[in-house]
Amino acid sequence: MSKESKAQEFQERIDNGETIEPKDWMPERYQKQLIRMMSQHAHSEVVGMLPEGNWITRAPSLRRKMILLSKVQDEAGHGLYLYSATETLGASRQEVLDDLLNGRAKYSSIFNYPTLSWADVAVIGWLVDGAAIINQTMLARSSYGPYSRAMVRICKEESFHKKQGYEMVAQMADGTPEQQEMIQDAVDRWWWPTLMMFGPHDEDSPNSAELIKWGVKSKTNDELRQSFVDRHVQEAHAVGLEIPDPDLEYNEETEHWEFGEIDWDEFWNVVRGNGPMNKERMKTRREAHENGKWVRKAAEEYARKQRLQKEKAS
Amino acid sequence: MSTQTKTLTKKEALFEYLVRLADDRLILGHRLSEWCGHGPILEEDIALANVALDYIGHAASLYEYAVEIEGEDRHRDDLVYFRNDVEFKNLKLTELPKGDFGFTIARQFLFASFSYFLYTELSEVEDEQFAGMVKKHLKEVKYHLRHSREWVLRLGDGTEESHERIQDSIDDVWTYVGELFYQDEVDEILQEHNLAADTETFKEEWKELVVDTLEEATLEVPDFDQFMVEGSRQGLHTEHLGHLLAEMQHLRRSYPDGNWQ
Repeated sequence: MSKESKAQEFQERIDNGETIEPKDWMPERYQKQLIRMMSQHAHSEVVGMLPEGNWITRAPSLRRKMILLSKVQDEAGHGLYLYSATETLGASRQEVLDDLLNGRAKYSSIFNYPTLSWADVAVIGWLVDGAAIINQTMLARSSYGPYSRAMVRICKEESFHKKQGYEMVAQMADGTPEQQEMIQDAVDRWWWPTLMMFGPHDEDSPNSAELIKWGVKSKTNDELRQSFVDRHVQEAHAVGLEIPDPDLEYNEETEHWEFGEIDWDEFWNVVRGNGPMNKERMKTRREAHENGKWVRKAAEEYARKQRLQKEKAS
Repeated sequence: MSTQTKTLTKKEALFEYLVRLADDRLILGHRLSEWCGHGPILEEDIALANVALDYIGHAASLYEYAVEIEGEDRHRDDLVYFRNDVEFKNLKLTELPKGDFGFTIARQFLFASFSYFLYTELSEVEDEQFAGMVKKHLKEVKYHLRHSREWVLRLGDGTEESHERIQDSIDDVWTYVGELFYQDEVDEILQEHNLAADTETFKEEWKELVVDTLEEATLEVPDFDQFMVEGSRQGLHTEHLGHLLAEMQHLRRSYPDGNWQ
């Protein structure tokens, strides 16, 4: 069969809502795009452990400490699933990790912002995990089987993450004046970076159309961002928090919240590596990798010796 | 059994015993949690966070039972956030900085192997609630032993560098392990009522497990009779604990009136 007819058949399968599995034929570009997206997603989970991990040792109650520790552990687990899912496309974990450490691969820019107070942990759970759920619920219907199945599992845990975050947000918003101030400050700092998580406007997003055609995504960046805003503005108001956007207004006709323009200079600046924590996050990841080198070598060497012994015995 | 005058009531002794057990687990869990996001491989980030979470969970149950026994309407968090250095009774072994992965594993193996025997004994105490809690946690304690033992083997019998590193860590931490077996009036009072383990009953078995493991890992076993530090159960700590507590307690103490549950 010619490449063109294979491509046509592939597109028909997508249009019929079929799932593509690792052994199926797929256009090279589909494979490349998925490797890019899935490894970025995995890196985001792993780098995403750092901002919240920053507060584990300082959590203000045992209950919150346990919840946070288990949440960050979940994120490591998500990273692991996603690296494994990416391997089904022929990209080894070592390769994609090298890309991260060499600065060739990206991860979600949101993790390049610092966690300055405990309230940031609450707001990350509520807003950042809230945004992730909206994105991942869509990806759970993605055309690539291993990705969509990973997303189904991950979404279940993410909804617990968001729930604990919002519970804490509500508690602090209803707390002492210091707690109220702390939580509003965190919302003020995280709101706009969270809106940026959905990426550039549709007209500036070069990959969107292709990803939608291939059934990887089913909604555009702006559509996803709008559903995030609609949901979270209501949740903020329900607990008496303000959204730091003077242009925010409810449109009765469209039944959507209209919001102000994102600072795209800041967005691109952080994407290009100049966010408040980009260098620090990468330094931490590289250090962990370097410091772990002797451990990984030892494990390999031990496994080799064990194999040798077994071979001798048999 | 000692014939000295008992100054503690059974209730006071049980409270103290539970707090000692809980402090060990809270502080060690804190040290392990410092690895989160910094592990040598992602699988170990997960494993160490998991063990940290187990320890902090075990500590939470023990503190909860301790304040219940005490009956003074205190919350478990009061014990965590509002006691000072000298009031903490954890072993010095648990508060030492996390060090490199080899040090973490060396300490982890020595503590987990001890905990395995201790928890096995404690699951038989004549206190339904205490024994039930211990039985539940014993499953996790067995995993901690397996996890750390496997890593001792890998590092000991891995490369030259890993062998040297883990040997150095075992040697460094050795002076702190004698205290694992420390017993005083608190233990004696409870042992009379079958409410505590007698660490002497499993000391030899523990040594055997440690020797077997280190030998299998091609490591040298330090002298069990060398100088061993003491004083932890009286609140005499290393300088490291103060810094750990400053970090752990500062937020809660800065805003004591807030609801942080």
